[in-house]
Amino acid sequence: MKAIGEQLRRSGLDDIHAKIQEGRRLDSHDGMRLYQTPDLTAVGYLANLVRERRHGDRTYFVRNLHINYTNICNKLCKFCSFYAAPNSEDGRGYALSPDEAAARVARYSGEPIREIHMVAGINPKLPYGYYLDLLRAVKAARPDAQLKAFTMIELAQIARVAKRSLADILPELQAAGLEACPGGGAEVFSERVHEELFHAKLDNQGWFEVARAVHGAGIRSNVTMLYGHIETEDEKVRHLLHIRDLQDETGGFMCFVPLAFDPANTDLKHLPMTTGYANLREIAVGRLLLDNVEHVKAFWIMITPGVAQMALWYGADDLDGTVSHYEITHALGTQSHRQVLTVEQLLDLSVEVGRVPVERDALYNVVEQPSAISDQPSATSSLTAESEAR
Amino acid sequence: MPITDRNLDDIEEKILAGGRLSFEDGVRLFREADPLQLSTWANLVRFRLHPERLVTYVVGRVINYTNVCWVQCKFCNFYRLPGQDGGYVLPEETIFGKIRGLMNLGGTEILIQGGLNPALKIEYFESLFRAVKANFPVHIHGLSPVEIIYLAKMSQLSERECLARLKAAGLDSIPGAGAEILVEAVREQIAPYKNSAAAWLNLMRTAHELGIGSSVTMMYGSVESIEQRVEHLVRVRELQEQTGGFRAFIPWSFQPEGTHLGEVKRASGFDYLRTVAVSRLMLDNLPNIQSSWLTQGPKLGQIALQYGVNDMGSTIIEENVVSKESVFMVPLPEIERLIRDAGFVPARRNTKYELLPAA
Repeated sequence: MKAIGEQLRRSGLDDIHAKIQEGRRLDSHDGMRLYQTPDLTAVGYLANLVRERRHGDRTYFVRNLHINYTNICNKLCKFCSFYAAPNSEDGRGYALSPDEAAARVARYSGEPIREIHMVAGINPKLPYGYYLDLLRAVKAARPDAQLKAFTMIELAQIARVAKRSLADILPELQAAGLEACPGGGAEVFSERVHEELFHAKLDNQGWFEVARAVHGAGIRSNVTMLYGHIETEDEKVRHLLHIRDLQDETGGFMCFVPLAFDPANTDLKHLPMTTGYANLREIAVGRLLLDNVEHVKAFWIMITPGVAQMALWYGADDLDGTVSHYEITHALGTQSHRQVLTVEQLLDLSVEVGRVPVERDALYNVVEQPSAISDQPSATSSLTAESEAR
Repeated sequence: MPITDRNLDDIEEKILAGGRLSFEDGVRLFREADPLQLSTWANLVRFRLHPERLVTYVVGRVINYTNVCWVQCKFCNFYRLPGQDGGYVLPEETIFGKIRGLMNLGGTEILIQGGLNPALKIEYFESLFRAVKANFPVHIHGLSPVEIIYLAKMSQLSERECLARLKAAGLDSIPGAGAEILVEAVREQIAPYKNSAAAWLNLMRTAHELGIGSSVTMMYGSVESIEQRVEHLVRVRELQEQTGGFRAFIPWSFQPEGTHLGEVKRASGFDYLRTVAVSRLMLDNLPNIQSSWLTQGPKLGQIALQYGVNDMGSTIIEENVVSKESVFMVPLPEIERLIRDAGFVPARRNTKYELLPAA
């Protein structure tokens, strides 16, 4: 394409283009330029080169179910609208018993779910045995679905209440059913941001140590970045390079998941929503800097289905899935748009933009299909996502 | 529909050379171009026409003077039939109050639109426009073609006479609403009682000849085919070639919720952006393409700046016609933030697209 070549030159990105064509690693200076150029099309073009080199036209999705086993949390993060403080008396706090969690899973027994995504708050009252029972109960309720559970923050808490090392307890968690970790709680790896927004939470070094232990135990995880609050471009570049370094060391990250901060009902509610430009750019820059991470996810609940669809040309190869019971953002959302998306609609969005949907499991193994998914009647699944993303 | 073929080198050559795209080129762009190609090419044309990194907007207000209408368009959930409960005609005092509110915000434009109300004749509009102009230095952007065609008929005037009298009374320009898809087969399905495509275009031609400028819209995503969308673009381009009276093109997607075509699937984000981009590429003689963040939301409305849009339209204060649940209200500081965030400089304009000094 002649025109894009000229555009890359005009935008001063042709050296980055050359690096990408040669498969050379980008540095922090390149990362800053990708954040600062107004030429979003050029950034998308570069990210798409990498995306298509790795995955061609394939777009991955998973049929999954979300369980948030407790919203009680003692971390009081300023960006969170989900938590109830441990001793608050507004009646919002809950903790599901293992049986209750299993019953929620059992409700979807007719659905072809491949992944159960289970994360929650840091609830100091839950003992070590609770987590093992929870894993066992959920796994028993749905043995054919992979269990992806616990952010690095929760794992640190579990080790703390067990009064044992992570290396010691991870095999027990695995034996109880843990198969992958979601990689949340990374936020932005910056001491400044940590101090201002989530100082009670595990610090950056702590997060890396948990991730090392998890990957060392043979458990693979994703890794997130929460953007759109007080972070700077420089801090985001450093976050991405921290991930890249750790990935060089362990190879345990499956997917990078940029998470768009939603200020509604948080302590930062004066901040504006992330823009469409930002949503696409974070995906693209992540794809370009993280040359050693296989997948980049467009999480449609947070960025809207329309932007997620476009993101498939700006570096994303994964649309996550249709999610039931997504509760973390918009826990108290009132004025927001309620969105419902079926598996079929998700696949249609992908096909319409020229991508080929491929069903995966939690570990990114391709789920074999009897025939092309999009040809099946809409009765294949009525699993709907009831989010309140705008 | 899947993207089948990404080799569009011949079309790219034409775009680079500044040549005019054919109907077939338009159809292929819709069917075969990927998002990054569309963005790149639309950007090229956008910056050729508007080399500065400016994105303009106008501060305006919609005044729906009546909701009484007998046309029964299937995509509308605003109208009341004559005689039905809930029908209204706004009193002059209410209209003045709305204009006063706009002037206090530094606004410059009112968009006066309503239904086809058999009780309102030319004298009503002449007196309303004169009164508005006598009291406020505001631009009257008003009455879509369908309203004017009906008004002429009810007032036993030719369209030319009717337009001339409205202009003399203070009408400055005409919104391009009601164009839907300017192809008869589509109009028969979605708005059978509305005027024909030829009548719509004729009215615009007459208005342009009288020195009344206008915009032009396209409502895509109902029952039309890709070919019919491109036909719409070609017909707009042809009239523009003759009159030069269109100032802006505004594509927006049909909002199925709450209408009689509720089973139609809502058009996707990609469908919006490709429609914007192909419009920018086909309409080489139309200066401005407006974002429809009202129907697309602020995220896609902003991304459209990378797909050929150079104008954010009106920072609309009130809008009643499209489905309420699908309307996005974006305040002025947020519009400016979206423009800046995309690396552009926000610039306030009047309805004629002349830049105004910063407020």
